[in-house]
Amino acid sequence: MAIEVRIPTILRSYTGGQKSVECSGATLEELFADLDGRYEGLRERLVDDSGVRRFVNVYLNDEDVRFLGGLSASVRDGDTVTVLPAVAGGAR
Amino acid sequence: MRYESLLDSVGGTPLVGLPRLSPSPEVRLWAKLEDRNPTGSVKDRAAAYMVEAAEKDGLLHPGSVILEPTSGNTGISLALVARLRGYQLICVLPENTSAERRMLLEAYGASIVSSPAAGGSNEAVRVAKSLAAENPGWVMLYQYGNEANARAHYETTGPELLADLPEITHFVAGLGTTGTLMGTGRFLAEHVPGVQIVAAEPRYGELVYGLRNLSEGFVPELYDESVLTSRFSVSSGDALRRTRELLSEEGMFAGISSGCVLHAALGLAAKAQAAGQRADIAMIIADAGWKYLSTGAYAGTLAEAEARLEGQLWA
Repeated sequence: MAIEVRIPTILRSYTGGQKSVECSGATLEELFADLDGRYEGLRERLVDDSGVRRFVNVYLNDEDVRFLGGLSASVRDGDTVTVLPAVAGGAR
Repeated sequence: MRYESLLDSVGGTPLVGLPRLSPSPEVRLWAKLEDRNPTGSVKDRAAAYMVEAAEKDGLLHPGSVILEPTSGNTGISLALVARLRGYQLICVLPENTSAERRMLLEAYGASIVSSPAAGGSNEAVRVAKSLAAENPGWVMLYQYGNEANARAHYETTGPELLADLPEITHFVAGLGTTGTLMGTGRFLAEHVPGVQIVAAEPRYGELVYGLRNLSEGFVPELYDESVLTSRFSVSSGDALRRTRELLSEEGMFAGISSGCVLHAALGLAAKAQAAGQRADIAMIIADAGWKYLSTGAYAGTLAEAEARLEGQLWA
């Protein structure tokens, strides 16, 4: 099973500089556990007791996972999970 | 239509169908043309409301200095209001925004303080907040947290949409300060059971996300996640492609955030069609393409245009 997880620049120190890694899991929760198993400490930067951390956004196939059930969102082979820091956005 | 002055003509924008881009007569896309505002963007609504609220609160007097972190449209809108109401305006603008924005701001008489490209609007907000702290007499309206921003949409954009499209099923807009989605979304949810409120968020190049650490992240104070039904991240490539489609298919010369919004809207349309459901999807065209011509978004190949947008705050 291969799910691509895209890592923002600021967290690539955990992945040895890789901007994209492959993980597996049936849910986001499992995926992050797998991610943490391969890149220790990374999960804690993304997730806290209440779910995805406040200043982190996680997208499953470009949709914010907070609207897909958060960590219980199902993931499938071929999905892409993108992690990005929350920013103020552009042209306002 | 007749107005006493330019500021009275804010809002009341047309809702235009997109027959060529709509998948079927049962699944229809509609565009609300916010470029038909005095300075050419949806921000004219928020700027008018924020200034009026500040005046009512006694914060502004003739000659007052207004300070605002803005990468363009809000600054331009505020520049008009400031000019006509007798205030001075200072904008904190990230370096990596298009030339036309600076030119317009200066033409209206605003002063510009540049903030570094890396960290984009987060950095502009930080610089503005520290300037405001150093100059207590200045008034920072702060579009990211000012309830008048969202209220402008609750009181104008939402009701206009409902009047023009009572059969609305989805509302899609760009997510920035979140004012448009929060205000319009709250209004529509109160009046249209089951309406979907969908955010289209630009995904920028890596430079823009160049924070020193994750706690430097930023979530606008106006943002209330419960108002949204879903939120999509849209790449510059997809936004550009859709912006060009708006022009080639519907003759609509829109800014790049509109391409971002169209991409999300088309995704919703496809879902509705696949489910055999009718849909009337209203999207916000925040501005026209004039300020983006120098980015090369409308010329050359898509790949060339995408490369040029790398590192830019394109929406």
